[in-house]
Amino acid sequence: MNPLMQEDTERRVILRAADLWKSYDGGTVTVLKGVDIGCFEGRTVALCGPSGCGKSTLLHLFGGLDVPDWGKVWVNGVEVDRHRNLLQLLRHEVGYVFQLHNLIPDLTLAENCLIPTVAAGTDHRTAMARLKELADRTGLAHRLNHRIQKLSGGERQRTAICRALMNRPKILLADEPTGSLDEQSSNVVFDLLLELVATEGTTLLMATHDRNLAARCDRLVEMHDGKIVEHAYVR
Amino acid sequence: MFSGILSSDSQMIVFERNVSDLFFSSVPAKAMDEISTLPMVSHADPVLFGIVSSADHPIITCFGVTAADARIRNAIWIQGDRGDFGKQPDDVVLGERAAEFLSAKPGDMVPIGHGKFHVIGILKTANGFEDGGVFMPLGAAQTFFHKEGTSSVITVKLRDRSDTDAFKAQVKARFPSLVALEDSEFTRSYSQFKILKATAWAVGGCGLVLGGLGVANTMIMSVFTRIREIAILRVNGFSNVQIATMIFGESAVVAMMGAVFGLLTGTFLLIVLKQVPALHGYVDTSVDPLVMLVVILLALGTGVVGALYPAAYAMRIRAVEALRFE
Repeated sequence: MNPLMQEDTERRVILRAADLWKSYDGGTVTVLKGVDIGCFEGRTVALCGPSGCGKSTLLHLFGGLDVPDWGKVWVNGVEVDRHRNLLQLLRHEVGYVFQLHNLIPDLTLAENCLIPTVAAGTDHRTAMARLKELADRTGLAHRLNHRIQKLSGGERQRTAICRALMNRPKILLADEPTGSLDEQSSNVVFDLLLELVATEGTTLLMATHDRNLAARCDRLVEMHDGKIVEHAYVR
Repeated sequence: MFSGILSSDSQMIVFERNVSDLFFSSVPAKAMDEISTLPMVSHADPVLFGIVSSADHPIITCFGVTAADARIRNAIWIQGDRGDFGKQPDDVVLGERAAEFLSAKPGDMVPIGHGKFHVIGILKTANGFEDGGVFMPLGAAQTFFHKEGTSSVITVKLRDRSDTDAFKAQVKARFPSLVALEDSEFTRSYSQFKILKATAWAVGGCGLVLGGLGVANTMIMSVFTRIREIAILRVNGFSNVQIATMIFGESAVVAMMGAVFGLLTGTFLLIVLKQVPALHGYVDTSVDPLVMLVVILLALGTGVVGALYPAAYAMRIRAVEALRFE
């Protein structure tokens, strides 16, 4: 186990990876080179590093969207492998926020947010109540029936955060969640993100280039060339 | 064309063996006389078919029948009195559609071929082909078409249907040049029906294949342009079954819309075709509800088959790769 985890003994390890290797293009491009990392439940962790260092790939492996060439990944104490129910993972344990929000433009804000609940088979009344709760907290209640094209960049990213939290996942994987926003919007969205994960008790693992945002997380993990080169507790 | 020829109250049809079309069949009056006296025959009706044309109407089908013929007796007489038929040689009765395209009513004189005839009634039968025709007294028709003493066919009703084989044997023995067939046999064996059915199947089959390819093309284009959307759905927990259900559902909607559009267009075209002078009397604009149901079910089936490949493709989309590119 990573030495930094030992200082947080009262919390459960909810994300863990051991000796992760991942390459693309038939092995010619190796993105992850033996990554070991662990995250405690309810903590916010920032993954920093230059483009191409493997941050996004690591998030994909934790979310079950990709499989490692070598090594193991555990989410919520269960190994993510071909025997694992990936749908259960994606529907109830992990939520994703992407840099480019990845909303469906032809749908309304509400319809986009309801996608995870449709996938999970949540009854409509429960889903609508959760949507209203999140929309109120993110200041989007007045925009529920607006199409995505009508929303600003900040509103779109807040919508993406709402969608990711609809099924109350234990873990939020955020890949440059404010990367496409200006500084002011970026701060607003990140404040909201931190507030939401804090109140929901969600673990946040976030890839970012923004050192200022990373500094506001509980822990900062520095990656370089497919390896973790530094761990630091910020708070 | 003749598929409903026996619908009038007959079970059997007697006509000249090996003719390519009933218009060319010639059954002598002697045969009619003998057949009608056979003990197993309830009644026999000679019918003479003829085709004439006029300037405005290239094809007018004429039926030479006797007043006792079931077509005259059992038809719905919209106008006129069935008791008047056959009293005068130049009296004719028009089928409902013939009256429509000839713009004629009882009392009018209508030009048919090289003659002029007095309309005494308008009737409607169960046969669309007959509805577009002109009914003449048999004798007048024989004279008009220079077929004195003959008819094209004899339609026969037997006292007991179990005498069918005996009746066929009698006809074969007495009149080697004639053939007697049951209505179902006639429908199956008449060359025009075979050609029409084969053509209909071929056209229908081509339509089905083209429709299936069209749906498949529409759906695969839809999937290609929405790869990113499908990837988003997968990231949010959509299963392969849910993705496939979505594709099949959309395909079924596309197919249903196609079926409804096709039915409406087809009905509209039938109405247009009915206005074409050359086709007066040959086009029936009514569409059987059963045919509509079959069309809709076939469209649904085509939609499902057409969506197989797009659905399989959508299920193979890997979210992590699809989301990597704009």
